[in-house]
Amino acid sequence: MDPQHLNLIYLIIAAAVATFVTRIGGYVLITQMKQIPPRLEAALNAVPAAVLTTLVAPAFVYGGFDVAVSMFVAFAIALGLNLSTLRMLVIGWVVVMLLRHLVL
Amino acid sequence: MRKDEFWEGVRGGFPIMLAASPFGALFGALAVDNGFTIADTVFMSATVYAGASQMVGIELFGNHVQPWLVVLSVFAVNFRHVLYSASIAKYIRHFTPIQKFFAFFLLVDPQYAETEKRGERGLPVTFPWYLGFGLVIYFPWIFNTLLGAIFGQMIGDPKAIGLDVLLPIYFLGLVMGFRKRDRFLPIVAVSAVASVAGMHFVGSPWHVSIGALAGVLLAACLPPVETVAAPPVAIEKEA
Repeated sequence: MDPQHLNLIYLIIAAAVATFVTRIGGYVLITQMKQIPPRLEAALNAVPAAVLTTLVAPAFVYGGFDVAVSMFVAFAIALGLNLSTLRMLVIGWVVVMLLRHLVL
Repeated sequence: MRKDEFWEGVRGGFPIMLAASPFGALFGALAVDNGFTIADTVFMSATVYAGASQMVGIELFGNHVQPWLVVLSVFAVNFRHVLYSASIAKYIRHFTPIQKFFAFFLLVDPQYAETEKRGERGLPVTFPWYLGFGLVIYFPWIFNTLLGAIFGQMIGDPKAIGLDVLLPIYFLGLVMGFRKRDRFLPIVAVSAVASVAGMHFVGSPWHVSIGALAGVLLAACLPPVETVAAPPVAIEKEA
């Protein structure tokens, strides 16, 4: 196995360990700590939305016209009709395919 | 008796497995598109077993982000599990250490939600039930990943069939899943602006850390929210 591929295997193992730590962490913590400081709790609460937003906003701005339009349409319809992520994906995919193969 | 509990868990997890299947296949196809082999892809689903963070991992890996940052992002996306394991601690205290090991490994969002629901209703949370519920989601997740990866390898240009648009929309859907949380809009707005600015002035992959840090710092600095009516854990949708 070439070293670059080996690095990917290590990366996956590290990701698996990190995930397992989050899954056992709360159990370990709850037996140690009585209360989490409110500001720390607010910061921790914000982590997932903050991280995921950084994967959305640049794609919207730099991804090109077709990507931006399909993201916006999927977002608007999913928000308006309270759709699941899966339906939202289907809508975005349909819009981008229409734009690429019929319109542009 | 114990066998019955196992099958009761299997029946409970079955619809969740069906709902998660497209995401497993999607992950497989996109991972191959981002430079993973089929074996890497299946290995990741089998060991990490956390859909959203797997998507984040392949996206960042495909953009040649430094490995430590990939692992940190996976950790950050999975951070909610800390709350889950803290919350179900009271129901699984009677598991043996080995049973706990498997229980925590299988602790995906629906597993948490169902365990919490069961415990709260006063129904026994037994290991056979927990395992049945978990495994009927776990093994198909790996199998669907394999199917998706095989499919992904047959595709020439992912853009022609619109694959490239799926990850940003998937992440957008996840972000929207958090919209009931405190200070959702200001956090997302600040992270969005900071990540775009980071992309523009510093470049990828730093936009991820810069944007995330900006949102988290804002949440820590704003005065604490007074009305604490929300439940301790928000249940997000994806497996």
